[in-house]
Amino acid sequence: MVSKAPISSTIVVESRPSAIEKVCEHILSKLKANGFDKDDVFAVHLALEEAFLNAVKHGNKMDPTKEVKIDYSVGLDKVEISVTDEGEGFEPEAVADPRFGESLYKPGGRGLLLINSYMDIVKFTEQGNGLYMVRYKEKPPLIKRVDQTKV
Amino acid sequence: MAEIKPRISVEYAEKATIVSFTDENILEERDIKALQDSIMSVVEQTERIKLILDFGNVQFLSSAVLGLLIRLSKRIYEHDGQLKLCNITPKIFEIFKITRLTKTFDIYKDVESAVEDLSQAN
Repeated sequence: MVSKAPISSTIVVESRPSAIEKVCEHILSKLKANGFDKDDVFAVHLALEEAFLNAVKHGNKMDPTKEVKIDYSVGLDKVEISVTDEGEGFEPEAVADPRFGESLYKPGGRGLLLINSYMDIVKFTEQGNGLYMVRYKEKPPLIKRVDQTKV
Repeated sequence: MAEIKPRISVEYAEKATIVSFTDENILEERDIKALQDSIMSVVEQTERIKLILDFGNVQFLSSAVLGLLIRLSKRIYEHDGQLKLCNITPKIFEIFKITRLTKTFDIYKDVESAVEDLSQAN
C-alpha cells in the first residue's frame, strides 16, 4: 500500500551479522510498497548490509552484548536510513581507497566505497559511530535548466 | 558432479575446475567462511589449479565476498594457478566495476568462453 506520509521507525537489534536479515526484509518491503524500482531496492539493500556489517565488525567489534540502532524513513521520493553503533567511531577520510595501489589487493575497505556509490547522500556523525544515508527515487538534476528565451 | 556442502558445486571440464555458487544471496559472515573453506579445499587438491568460478546463480553479494575472492586469487596465483570468473549478472558486475576489481580479475561471459581461454593458453 502506497503511503503519502513517510513511513518512519527505529529498530534496535543485537550486534550479530545475521540480525540484518530481518531489518532488510522490513525496510525493503516499505520501499517496494512505495514504488521504488528494483535498482533502488538493490542499492539500498547493499548499502544497508554494508553499513550494518561495518557497525557490527568495526564499531561494536563483534561484541554481541552491544546493539545497533537503525532509524529509517521511507517516503514517496526518497529513503533515509541512519545506522548507529556503540563504538568509538572512526574517521572516514582515514580509510584507504580500495581502488588504488596496494589497497586493490587487500580484502577490506570496499563496503564504504559501495555505500558512497549506491547512495545519493552519505554523512557520518561527528563522533563517527553513526552513518546517515539517503537514496532518491528520481535523481535531482545537477544543474537547474534556465529557459534562455526569457532572458 | 561432486557436491561439496550446500554452498558450491564442482565440475571438471578439460583441465579446468569449475566451481559454481549454488546460493542466490551470499551475505552472511559464516556463509562466506564456509564458502572459503569449501573452495580452498578444492584449490588445495589440485596443483597449479585452473579454477573457474561460476556466478550464474548469484543475484546478490556483499563486499565480504570480494574480500574472499581476493584472498582466493592470492592463494591461487602464489601457486602458479589461474582464476577466471564468469556468468556475472549486470548488477553484480557493477559492483566489480565500482571497486575496480574488473582490473584485478579475468571475467568472462560464460563458462564455455572461460574454458576455451584456458585451453588456448596451454
